[in-house]
Amino acid sequence: MAGTTVLGRLTWRAAQVVGLRDESPTARTLVLDVPSWPGHLPGQHVDVRLTAEDGYSAQRSYSIASAPGSRLELTVQRLADGEVSPYLTEELHEGDPLELRGPIGGWFVWRPEAQEPVLLIGGGSGVVPLMAMVRTRRANGGAVPMRLVYSTREPDTLLYRDELARLGERDDGLRVDLVYTRRAPQGWTDPVGRLGAARLAALTPRAGDQPASFVCGPTGFVESVANLLIDQGYRPERIKTERFGPTGN
Amino acid sequence: MGIVSRGFRGRRGREGPDLPPGQYLVEDFPVLSAGPTPRIDLGQWEFAITNESGDRRSWSWEEFRALPSERFTVDIHCVTKWSKLGTDWEGVPVDTLMEDVDTSAGFALAESYGGYTTNLPLEDLLDGKAWVAYRFGGEELEPEHGGPARLVVPHLYFWKSAKWVRGIQLRDSDEPGFWESLGYHNYGDPWREQRYWGD
Repeated sequence: MAGTTVLGRLTWRAAQVVGLRDESPTARTLVLDVPSWPGHLPGQHVDVRLTAEDGYSAQRSYSIASAPGSRLELTVQRLADGEVSPYLTEELHEGDPLELRGPIGGWFVWRPEAQEPVLLIGGGSGVVPLMAMVRTRRANGGAVPMRLVYSTREPDTLLYRDELARLGERDDGLRVDLVYTRRAPQGWTDPVGRLGAARLAALTPRAGDQPASFVCGPTGFVESVANLLIDQGYRPERIKTERFGPTGN
Repeated sequence: MGIVSRGFRGRRGREGPDLPPGQYLVEDFPVLSAGPTPRIDLGQWEFAITNESGDRRSWSWEEFRALPSERFTVDIHCVTKWSKLGTDWEGVPVDTLMEDVDTSAGFALAESYGGYTTNLPLEDLLDGKAWVAYRFGGEELEPEHGGPARLVVPHLYFWKSAKWVRGIQLRDSDEPGFWESLGYHNYGDPWREQRYWGD
C-alpha cells in the first residue's frame, strides 16, 4: 500500500458484500471484502460494474470512505434518476458479489505521512472521500491538525453523524464544523444557509497557514468554495478539488 | 461478461452504437477539474506553439480570434463515464494554428493556465481531428468548462481536451501529462475503453 497511486493493470475484482449500513434515508455504506485488494490512499475511488443477465452492464465511480487496511467501504448516495445507485442502495444484499476495480486517482489523495495542516471542505456526499482522510488520520494516531467543514442540507442528509460527533469531541487536533444549508436541528445556534465568504472565513485557518486543502462536492459548491478560498488568500496550487457533475455519479 | 448482479436490469434504451463501452448518456454538461478554475485576463492571454527546436509561434487573444474558425458538432466522452452527444462548438482548427509551424515531431504536450498538461501523438491533433475552441452552444465558453479557450479532441477521452489551454509543445519524445502520470491511460481511446494504465 505504501506510495500507492495506481500501478499496473487495474483488473476487475469480485468483491463480496459483508455489511450494509444506512447513513441517511438516501445513502448507504457498502462494506466489502475484496480479495487481494492492493490497498489505497484516502481520497481515491473505485469503479463499480453491474451486469444484467443478458450481459448489459453499467459502470459508475464511487469514493472510498474507509481508511486503508480495513475492509473497503463505499458510501453511495442514491440519485432519484440514477441507474446504478438505486440498485446499490436498495437491492444489494449482504453476501452478494460486486465487481469493482481500483483504486483510481492519484491526485485528490491525502498522504498520512504529510506533516502540514489539512483543511477538508465537503458539500453533500462530497464528504465521503474526506471521511476516508479523517479516518486515516485517526487510524494512524495522527497529530497533524485537520479541520473538516461539512455542508449538508438538513439533519436527515447528514452522513456519519455519530462518528463525526465522537471524533470532533476528542481534543486531538481534529475539528469538525457542520453547516446546514436548509434546516438545522433544534437548538442549533449557527446561521443556516449556504457557505458564504464570511462563514467560510470564520471556519477556515488564516490564509497565511496555507493548509493542504481538499474541496469536494457538487460543481457549484466546489467552484464557489475554491473561489472564496482564493479570495481569502489561499494559493490555487494548495487547493485540490473533486467535482460531481450535476448528474453526479 | 462480468458477474451477473442478481435483479439488475439497468436503464435500457440508452445503449447503442454511438456510445463507447462503459459510458452512459447525459444531457447536461458535468465538470471535472483537479483544482480551482484559473482566473485568466484576456489582455494577458496568449496561445503558443513551440516546436522541437524551441521555435515559438504565439497569438494574442485578438490575433487568435481573428483566425478563421469552424463551427463543429461532436460527441464527447469523459473517462468518468458520461458521454454527451452532438455538442456544438466553435473554434480554430489546430491545423490552422500549425500552418506555419515547421516540425517533424511525433508528440504533443498541451499546457494550460493553472498548470495542467496532457500528452498525445501530434497526428491526433491534425487533419481535422482537433480544435482550440472558444464557444459552446453559441455562447462564449464558460470558465468552468475551460474558457476562454480549450482544446477539443473529441475522439479521445475528454481529459485530453485541455481546458484553459495556453499552448502546445511539440516533442520528439512522448511525455506523460497530468492524469497520464497519475494512473490514467497514455492514449485514452474511448472505443477501446483505455481508461487506466494497462487497459
